[in-house]
Amino acid sequence: MAATTQKTFLNRLRNGDEVAHLITLMFAASILLIAGLLVLELFGSSTEARHKFGWNFFFTSKWDPVAGQFGALPFIYGTVVTSAVALMIAVPLGIGAAIFLAELAPPRISDALTFIIELLAAVPSVIYGLLAVFALVPLLRDPIQPFLKSILGFLPFFQGPSYGVGFLAAGLILALMVIPFIISISRESLLSVPNDQREAALALGATRWESTWHVVVPYARLGIIGSIFLALARALGETMAVTMVIGNTPQIAASLFATGYTIPAVIANEFTEATENLHLSALVELGLVLFLLTIIINALARLMVLATTRRGTAQS
Amino acid sequence: MTRHQWRKLVNAVMFSITAACAAAAVCVLFWILGFLLWNGGKSLNLSFFTQLPKPPGEVGGGMANAIVGSAQIVLIASLMGIPIGFLGGIYLAEFGTGAFPFFVRYTADLLNGVPSIVMGIFAYAVAVRPMHRFSALAGGVALSVILIPTTIRTTEQFLRAVPQMLREGALALGASKWKSIATVVVPAAVRGVATGIILGIARIAGESAPLLFTSFSNQYWSTSLNQPTASLPVMIFTYAISPYADWHRQAWAAGLVLLALMLLLNISARLVLSPGAPRN
Repeated sequence: MAATTQKTFLNRLRNGDEVAHLITLMFAASILLIAGLLVLELFGSSTEARHKFGWNFFFTSKWDPVAGQFGALPFIYGTVVTSAVALMIAVPLGIGAAIFLAELAPPRISDALTFIIELLAAVPSVIYGLLAVFALVPLLRDPIQPFLKSILGFLPFFQGPSYGVGFLAAGLILALMVIPFIISISRESLLSVPNDQREAALALGATRWESTWHVVVPYARLGIIGSIFLALARALGETMAVTMVIGNTPQIAASLFATGYTIPAVIANEFTEATENLHLSALVELGLVLFLLTIIINALARLMVLATTRRGTAQS
Repeated sequence: MTRHQWRKLVNAVMFSITAACAAAAVCVLFWILGFLLWNGGKSLNLSFFTQLPKPPGEVGGGMANAIVGSAQIVLIASLMGIPIGFLGGIYLAEFGTGAFPFFVRYTADLLNGVPSIVMGIFAYAVAVRPMHRFSALAGGVALSVILIPTTIRTTEQFLRAVPQMLREGALALGASKWKSIATVVVPAAVRGVATGIILGIARIAGESAPLLFTSFSNQYWSTSLNQPTASLPVMIFTYAISPYADWHRQAWAAGLVLLALMLLLNISARLVLSPGAPRN
């Protein structure tokens, strides 16, 4: 027995199968190596800041590289607020567009529009930033923010001077950037709903909209929620466009007109200038926070998209 | 109004609203294109492609070094990232069984979602810190770790789409497994795989966040891969937030060039290479 197994093993070795298997396996394993090194680096290089500040890092808001004081609260606040503004605009628009593309539009028009939306997803973020700086910010400064202040000025979110740059500008440009992701993933989830569901609802006398809203959308809900999570992960980690319009001031303000700062923006601006080890370490800790947040959100989102479209990770 | 009419009205109104949402989303692309064509078209000239940047405040000059630098960095990233991603994808599609490939797949998907700036921190740690300098090489490392997870997953996806019969036919003719992969399966999937790779390259060519602290930037030609190197996306960033009007003009020109390149790669990959191939 042993001789035969050895012989077949030798045969396979001579045929090259075992060699090919091993070589490709090594390359596939490089993914795990990258992920492992990434985690190691993020934890290792942030040790100094983690030991010095502990959990206070997340609850203090003094960021002073000269004095060696680092508190991440303004950056966390800015990241959360800009992402929230982005989702509030992008979710209704994106889901509405996805419903139109999946349920109502004729296939040819739907394909053409989906193609354009996929192109939008490929536009580099620095170009969104360029447009935000020169097209969006001037618009916000003059007609839009004074207008919002005149009708909604009694709310704390719409007060203070209009600089143009700030939370609102960053949130708006983020919304534009994540809409394509919400549309294309939601559309796929809607398209994967079996036709029986639609036909059953229509046969019961439902209108097209009733069948869509009460039957198709609930059936695809996990995929749609997954698309929102993926969009959130992107919004949290988006760097360039936000850095260009957020105003880069580490402060916490209730007004959306105020300037602020986000985690990716502070890493982008200060990483090359950080001369003190503690400063660098604090920036890496911010990177670690961002990494963990996006990993958790992505993992949840993939599970949800997987559950509806069966096109996520577990299968091909 | 009867209940029936009311329901029909709701139907019409709601679908009009969703159509308006779709129209708004599509308009964004034309807004971007229009703005860039208008402002970039005014600023684009021959010296943009042939000259070095002028010192701040002086009018004129171009971004020749950034165009070449971007090409260098993307080339380095492709040379490192594509073979790793491609062979890894072959493993996942053809050899992988059990828990290990599932784990690799899931990790690749998660890495795909990691913000590019965090990948930049990684590249800083493995390339910039040991070499003690910013360089085109480090920029290439940063972009390649973004390219690898996408390539591995798209390669796997397109190889899996090859019908099982082709593999069985090759094996029945006496070919060994790797021979059937190399001469039958991969050629059958090559258009799809190439599409995936081109889309991946298009994505990394527009990345700027991880380059800020890996390849950094440079006002002059970089004479070796070991030097700080200018790249188009980073130049757009620094020029757009600068206070000089002439730099703004150049940022528009660079934006137009970058967007044109991006659309060209995307449209050609999707339409010419593989019409009807599954998209990502």
